[in-house]
Amino acid sequence: MYDKLWLIPFFPLLGSVINGLFGKKIKNEKVIGSIATLAIASSFVVSCLCFFTLLDDKVKIHQQVVASWMSIGQLQIDWGFLLDPLSALMIMVVTGVGSLIHLYSIGYMHGEEGFYRFFCYLNLFCFSMLMLVLGNNALVMFVGWEGVGLCSYLLIGYYFEKKSAGDAAKKAFVVNRVGDFGFLLGLFTLFWYLGSEHNVWTVNFVEISQNAHLLPAGGFVVTFVTLCFFLGATGKSAQIPLYTWLPDAMEGPTPVSALIHAATMVTAGVYMIGRMNGLFALAPTTMMVIAIVGAATAIFAASIGLAQNDIKRVLAYSTVSQLGYMFLAMGVGAFTAGVFHLMTHAFFKACLFLGSGSVIHGMHHGYHHAHLHDDPQDMRNMGGLRKKMPITFVTFLVSTIAIAGIPGFSGFFSKDEILWWSFGSNHGSWMLWLVGAIAAGLTAFYMFRLVFMTFFGEQRTDPRAKDHIPESGLTITIPLMVLGVLAVLGGYVGVPAILGGANKIHHYLEPVFGHTIEVNHIAAHGSHSTEIALMATSIAIAVFGIFLAWLMYVKKPELPGKFVGAFTGLHRTIFNKWYVDEIYDALFVNPTKRLGTFFWKGFDVKVVDGIVNGVGALVNLASKGLRYTQSGLVQNYAMTMVLGVIVIAAFYFFG
Amino acid sequence: MTDHLLSLITFFPLLGALFVLFIPKEDGGVMKGFTLAVTLVTFFLSLPLAFDNIFKVSGGMHYTEFIPWISIGDYFQMNYFVGIDGISLWLVLLTTFIMPIAVLSTWNAVEKNVKGFMALCLLLETAMLGAFISLDLFLFYIFWELMLIPMYFMIGIWGGGRRIYAAVKFFIYTAVGSLLMLVAIIYVYYYAVQSGINISGFSIIDFYKVDIPADLQTLLFMAFAFSFAIKVPMFPVHTWLPDAHTEAPTAGSVILAAILLKMGTYGYLRFAMPLFPDATQQFIPFLSLLCVIGIIYGALVAMMQDDVKKLVAYSSVSHLGFVMLGLFAMNMQGWAGGIIQMINHGISTGALFLIVGFIYERRHTREIKEFGGLAKQMPVFATIFLIITFSSIGLPGTNGFVGEFLVLMGAFESELRWYAIFATTGVIFAAVYMLWMFQRVMFGELKNPKNQNLKDLSAREITLMIPLLVFVFWIGFYPNTFFEKMNPAMEQLLHQVKGKHHVAVVETVSAQELASR
Repeated sequence: MYDKLWLIPFFPLLGSVINGLFGKKIKNEKVIGSIATLAIASSFVVSCLCFFTLLDDKVKIHQQVVASWMSIGQLQIDWGFLLDPLSALMIMVVTGVGSLIHLYSIGYMHGEEGFYRFFCYLNLFCFSMLMLVLGNNALVMFVGWEGVGLCSYLLIGYYFEKKSAGDAAKKAFVVNRVGDFGFLLGLFTLFWYLGSEHNVWTVNFVEISQNAHLLPAGGFVVTFVTLCFFLGATGKSAQIPLYTWLPDAMEGPTPVSALIHAATMVTAGVYMIGRMNGLFALAPTTMMVIAIVGAATAIFAASIGLAQNDIKRVLAYSTVSQLGYMFLAMGVGAFTAGVFHLMTHAFFKACLFLGSGSVIHGMHHGYHHAHLHDDPQDMRNMGGLRKKMPITFVTFLVSTIAIAGIPGFSGFFSKDEILWWSFGSNHGSWMLWLVGAIAAGLTAFYMFRLVFMTFFGEQRTDPRAKDHIPESGLTITIPLMVLGVLAVLGGYVGVPAILGGANKIHHYLEPVFGHTIEVNHIAAHGSHSTEIALMATSIAIAVFGIFLAWLMYVKKPELPGKFVGAFTGLHRTIFNKWYVDEIYDALFVNPTKRLGTFFWKGFDVKVVDGIVNGVGALVNLASKGLRYTQSGLVQNYAMTMVLGVIVIAAFYFFG
Repeated sequence: MTDHLLSLITFFPLLGALFVLFIPKEDGGVMKGFTLAVTLVTFFLSLPLAFDNIFKVSGGMHYTEFIPWISIGDYFQMNYFVGIDGISLWLVLLTTFIMPIAVLSTWNAVEKNVKGFMALCLLLETAMLGAFISLDLFLFYIFWELMLIPMYFMIGIWGGGRRIYAAVKFFIYTAVGSLLMLVAIIYVYYYAVQSGINISGFSIIDFYKVDIPADLQTLLFMAFAFSFAIKVPMFPVHTWLPDAHTEAPTAGSVILAAILLKMGTYGYLRFAMPLFPDATQQFIPFLSLLCVIGIIYGALVAMMQDDVKKLVAYSSVSHLGFVMLGLFAMNMQGWAGGIIQMINHGISTGALFLIVGFIYERRHTREIKEFGGLAKQMPVFATIFLIITFSSIGLPGTNGFVGEFLVLMGAFESELRWYAIFATTGVIFAAVYMLWMFQRVMFGELKNPKNQNLKDLSAREITLMIPLLVFVFWIGFYPNTFFEKMNPAMEQLLHQVKGKHHVAVVETVSAQELASR
């Protein structure tokens, strides 16, 4: 089975090429959509086969080299794939959620002008993401890494006639490039160090982890390398300081937000740290930085989520915040918990985004019917939609409960394990736990705020449109239902021992992380009573958040207004996202532009060309001056001769 | 025939140029067709070189031809001595590959004095090929100077509004450099004769063996390096390039960017560095600094341009900075990256100039603000433009990535680690200036009424882009085709540059041995 690995990325690539080249001629939406969906579904089938073969296999690491890519001196890079429990889990998530979102998109994108273009990009994205996940070396991963960035660019800029879409696309790519700079730097340093010091010239993941022990633990090199890689991760996974592109990325069509900007691409940074866990564990400083950045991002993004009115923006900040949890997990050495949360988040967040898409689709339908141009994404125009869109409502509610961390739903298990590790791990601290727990409370609050504003209370939609908001069709609701079920059940692969579970995912990922955890003595310590107490506290905080949201948005809807009135400054700051975009513009964007203008008009034109033209002018001038000496008048020449003789004589006599 | 294959390839265009002169003035179309045919034949003549597996195993000179040419007693002797190794092989092929594309791009663009333009194109091709295959330094110099003239006229006659200024600037810059080089060439010859080593004309293979004292190397290297730096162009002697590019007709810009600039980088590789290895070592820190400045400076200035063509021209300064940094890394990765990046730049930037030409022919302006929203009106153009844009940014899977990655990795492994860190920021800036430009030209609403009836690319225009696109992905996904033939030659030349004083005998075949065969 393992020799068929290459088929997994190949199918979507094929689909992308077919739709890209012939989609315009095919025209028929059903055919185009089917080609794309079939492509990714085929990958899903192959992924399943690989996954289950691996599950029963005693050997857990398999590589397949397809061809040599670059071969120069000691540098040998292959087009190669790697299947181990981690990548097997990832391909299942990517192709599984991907297939559902392709199906959903057939309905959602119906009637769009660039229908074929959309599916071409979406397939290309899946190809890139699968290359990222399956690559057996850092370079192939980087192909996927930047490939998903490209597709993200193309899909955010899908409505390219809108300036905001073009801006957001460019911002996403450029900010990601800052991260990629870090990725490259880390890779170069690692390759050079292992090569020149230990004669191990490799970019292969398996070889890197086998030779990780050659790097002095806690030393400068490994700290620098991992910090560089982490910079790459903050770009792709939207962490402080490079998170700013993700909220803007909501300019893309909603299925894109679900697939790329929630379920798969943005988790690439977490995956990358998981893939190189052997290196990261050697750098406690980096681990600490990761944990702090993760926790800070979790609470910071959650705070912004409190005040947004655009349904997709709330979800975007929620994604940033949840990614923060995953990094917190990685930073405290809870690799399994991080990957576990990655998976459950993929289910419930994809469901939430697709649900919001269903709502927007309905709202849009209503406004379109009434010829209105209101904003179909503004929650202030919604309310009471639970009766209009029952399936959307139920699946959305289930996923919201999951993300809020209510026991029994998937998000609870994964989030709770992260919080436990952030407290009890030897890389953790009670402060990390506290920040995480407060952020969990904020999450519960703003997510239920969203649910209440959208589905409960009075319908605030314009009266002309309010009766024309239908439930979405089957291609949309089927994926919602599947993901809704997964949002509930997905957590049961990781029920902790303390609740009587087997924590299957822990054992499943053991071949990937076990060695690292053992060698570096990473463990969570604490009594059972502490663990139970912490769990109870975090549940209580979440319930309190939900209660507060209910109080403010259902029971006493006048409260938010009063609150805003009392804290105008704070509200404005949060609403404007702490002015981070403005600060970045002032610190980086504008000075760079000014520098460019100065180099051009100040240096190029004035200094360099000034010298060049000056030399030209000087030659000109000199020749003009010398021209006068050639006057053609004999008396002038005679005069010059006499003067010359006098000067020479003077030198002779007095010199 | 293979005995004189290189000469055939090189002088076939010149022969064609003579024929062009006899085509009646009115038959512009015939002239273009004939010229295209000549360049295509030249390309097919050169194609067998690409399939010759000798380059995979031997890094020396092949297809050599040696004919004594001018000799003045014992004082002066020069020969027609040519040959290629696995490095110049690809530059020869790049030249023969780009020329038909450049000629095809003139179809609607060049209307006045077609005869002159076509003849100059062909003359230029001969000169460029000659420079790449010359193994006699004096012969190289002749071809080098010969290149200057057609390009000067191309800019000066068929150029835009400020063509005279641009042409004169181009001429002065390059002439100053050339003069210094000529003095240095003669001095090297003089020194070689003095040192009593058995030399045959200006054969560089013999010159490689001459042991020049360090302080003399410094002076000679400076002369060569300055001349080549202008051609590359390296910061700060790059200011002729934006003007030359902006004013030159599309075909001229394509040739200039794709091939002529490579003379500078090739000059370092073949002449300046191996002839004066000690001086090279001495100057590497300084020159690498100029590279890094060029990379960042070129990108920042490119970012602020209002004229698309100028933007592309400044991006060349940045890209060529990468090439040179790779060469100065003095290891296999750096060199492979630098050389493949020469080819990449030829393909990607050549394509960008063609793209600028397409919209210029339609709208007769290159001001970015005149455009916007073209993607809707010209979808095929948008797709091709997008691919080339990302190839220029260096997206993995395209050619640009392979080059930049290897250059940076090579620099990182060498002493230039700190330079490499700064140079790596170039990958960020490249995305900024290219994507900003792409957004302003292609995205947004189609507001300008003058753009609302623009036609998408014609079959001819698509045809000339396709070969370039093929190589964007070929080099991106399987660059080994090129590397496997470059590796032996790089190894040998690197040996020469690095190990001159440590290795007593350099394993190259002397010119006389070749002549006696």
